[in-house]
Amino acid sequence: MENLPLNIPNTITSSMDGLGMFADLVSLLGTSTKTNDKLRALVNYFATADDKDKVWVIALFTGRKPKRVINTKLLAEWCVEIAGLPGWLFGESYHTVGDLAETIALLLPDPDNNSSVFLHPLHFYIEQFQKIENQDEAIKKKFVVESWSQMNHSQRFVFNKLITGAFRIGVSQKMMVNAIAKFTSLEPSVIAHRISGKWDPQTTHFNDLLTDTNGATDYSKPYPFYLAYALDNEPSDLGNTEEWQAEWKWDGIRGQLIKRNDELFVWSRGEELITEKFPEYQVLNALLPNGIVLDGEIIPSINKNPLPFSLLQTRIGRKNITKKNLQETPITFFAYDLLEYNYEDWRSRPLSERRGKLEEIIKTIESEVIILSDAVSFTDWEHLKSLRLTSREMGAEGLMLKRKSSIYQVGRKVGDWWKWKVEPMVIDCVMIYAEKGSGRRSNLYTAYTFAVKDGEKLVPFTRAYSGLTDKEFNEVDAFVKRNSLEKFGPVRTVKPELVFEIAFEGIAASNRHKSGVALRFPRISRWRKDKKPDEINTLQDLKKMLEVYK
Amino acid sequence: MPLIEFTDKGLFCPQGGFYIDPWKPVDKALITHAHSDHARWGSKTYLCHKDSLPILQLRLGANQYETVEWGQIILINGVKVSFHPAGHVIGSSQIRVEYKGEVWVISGDYKLDDDGISGAFEVVPCHTFITESTFGLPIYKWKTPRQIDSDIQNWILQNLKDGKTSVLIAYSLGKAQRVIKAASQVTDKLYAHGAVYNVQQAFINAGLQLPSIKKITPETPKGDIAGGVIIAPPSADGTPWMKRFAPSVTGACSGWMQVRGNARRRNVDAGFAMSDHADWPGLIQAVKATGALKVFVTHGFQAVFSRYLNEIGIEAAEVKTQFGNDDEETQIESPHEQTFTVE
Repeated sequence: MENLPLNIPNTITSSMDGLGMFADLVSLLGTSTKTNDKLRALVNYFATADDKDKVWVIALFTGRKPKRVINTKLLAEWCVEIAGLPGWLFGESYHTVGDLAETIALLLPDPDNNSSVFLHPLHFYIEQFQKIENQDEAIKKKFVVESWSQMNHSQRFVFNKLITGAFRIGVSQKMMVNAIAKFTSLEPSVIAHRISGKWDPQTTHFNDLLTDTNGATDYSKPYPFYLAYALDNEPSDLGNTEEWQAEWKWDGIRGQLIKRNDELFVWSRGEELITEKFPEYQVLNALLPNGIVLDGEIIPSINKNPLPFSLLQTRIGRKNITKKNLQETPITFFAYDLLEYNYEDWRSRPLSERRGKLEEIIKTIESEVIILSDAVSFTDWEHLKSLRLTSREMGAEGLMLKRKSSIYQVGRKVGDWWKWKVEPMVIDCVMIYAEKGSGRRSNLYTAYTFAVKDGEKLVPFTRAYSGLTDKEFNEVDAFVKRNSLEKFGPVRTVKPELVFEIAFEGIAASNRHKSGVALRFPRISRWRKDKKPDEINTLQDLKKMLEVYK
Repeated sequence: MPLIEFTDKGLFCPQGGFYIDPWKPVDKALITHAHSDHARWGSKTYLCHKDSLPILQLRLGANQYETVEWGQIILINGVKVSFHPAGHVIGSSQIRVEYKGEVWVISGDYKLDDDGISGAFEVVPCHTFITESTFGLPIYKWKTPRQIDSDIQNWILQNLKDGKTSVLIAYSLGKAQRVIKAASQVTDKLYAHGAVYNVQQAFINAGLQLPSIKKITPETPKGDIAGGVIIAPPSADGTPWMKRFAPSVTGACSGWMQVRGNARRRNVDAGFAMSDHADWPGLIQAVKATGALKVFVTHGFQAVFSRYLNEIGIEAAEVKTQFGNDDEETQIESPHEQTFTVE
């Protein structure tokens, strides 16, 4: 391992300015339970950190991750080698911790006591990863192992996180925006727009990210999505029906379709640029005017009739889209809002005006790829209630209610937009497998597989992770630990005894599942302590639901 | 006939006719320590170390108790029985059982680090060792008790500077005594939830030298508590009882705090990985030191730890028991536990 191009100088910056400071921030964000404390920690960090590091922190905390240049299998190998442990024990540890970066940080031997080594800034490590991307394994290993030896536990954790992927530490986009707003004079909505979309933390300067005075305009940039809250009360509480517009709530991918500078971009609500996944949309590049941003639903449909979400799923995961895919699941865009027209931001105009213009634009476009998501006309709230019950037949999961005078806001806001979903379908079933969760559910059995009866047999048909309270999860966890029958890697088979009610939004035929069905959004709706395992539903019941849904 | 059998009532010595930490009522129960999953209600007679007695009386009420000193040998139907320090909590003991030259040691729960309160773990050579495995994974490596104490003390002092009251969550028997001792070195304003107070007071009444604390009652003036340290059991966490201490910060003391996700789940401001159980290196060290030829692994990560022991050449098997799997998170229910945890 001599003559390696990488030499880590001994002193670089003070620990107050390097990875140590970032590690402290992550620890603080991870443990503080109060939003204000988190916000203060972020503001302090932004007030003192290196500019390049700040850009990376914004990127990392808004879901952008550095490219993975070191195989996680190698990381695990180096770790067990240093720790002197058998590989299977690493696996057991990982299943309990639920996070690879943290597992490695916990298993490595403690650093030398006299280590008062100063660490590099955050961006240094990320740049090094890129430099060693195409180097030999030995060089990668040297860099990683040497870095580990200089770091304490929390620093190793963030260092490993930089290699393995996303930071999910309870910092929302909104909190990030508010923290930035505290030390710049920009409006939160402006910041939200600036830090969204496609930008490269590698080449973006902190000042450029937050000002648009110089440099190239990013034509791809989407607007932050306006999200609705669920309507829990009676719609009549909303007042006069005249003020409201109703639309079907489609079960696809919320997206923005952008055409600027003769180029077409498609963004998902998760702020992922997904233009390539939907080649059908490219025809729109010739049909839409320049400087336009549409909000709508990406959804497969034939003759304006939406197809089940499961078909869309067969498209999302693919790298290459075949002709067969294009024929079987033609993707359309159900447009329902206009955010930009003629390069002008229309978000502060009332919905009625945006909608009028949208209808006008769609009318002129002769293409099956784009459809206007029709407004549902209704006479009074009672009438709308009955229409809502037909949602499933319409291929929708309920209704959207939007105030006609509403502007297009940023993020989830109460008051003007409501989603009013139909009641979910439910089925009673028994838990048969359990697996430990991750994050705040680490070392707790919280991921379950459920089965229905088929004669004397139990047939697994879905997994679910959510819907129980922490207390209930603790109870089920204790049950699993005492009643597990067999162990297959991380999965325990469990005595089929606990009965749960599973709620779901849709059901589709599937040949990838033993049961022949796939559920949409399954979650635990109730723990049926009142029911015995022989009182659960049957596979026949599920198949019947499938019929109805078709 | 093995010297100790694993029965549906617990660990049983057929020759001696006694059980060790039985989970169902029996005639004669030998108790390693007073935690509720090891010392259960309903047996006719109990034999324990003298320092376990005050807590057994507090939790199980009046019963027929006999006590012993560490190292004192007693004969039960020809079986030689003695108790030896386990270092887990005050009074906690390993139980050594010998018959016709064959020696078994039942560890109960134990830790190797001397916390200065619970007695120093004694290595008891044996042929067969029954070990716990609560933290039987290599991710569990503790700081020394001194380091943890100073982490807690620094945290208390910082909170004081920020004008906040410190609330420390610690199991009433075991960690509470350690936390109280650590906190007493930096503050005089020491308060406790009733459950913690009862245990501490029971020890003090029995003549143990421990710092005294004040019990929080509905009459305790708010101003008295402000800026102080409050020790509360896990059962109080998240209850309205905790709300009256605002502005306050909460720290949880538990081995599970070693993993970030657990601290997040507990929704505390700080997690201190303080445990009364042996960590991974401690478990291995203890097993090796006993020189046991055969090891039975109970409650915790028994499958993992027994597999590892076999791989390093120590014959081991896992045993299912009804001892708690947890440091303190899941509390085993018994009719008396209720009166114990509620203020």
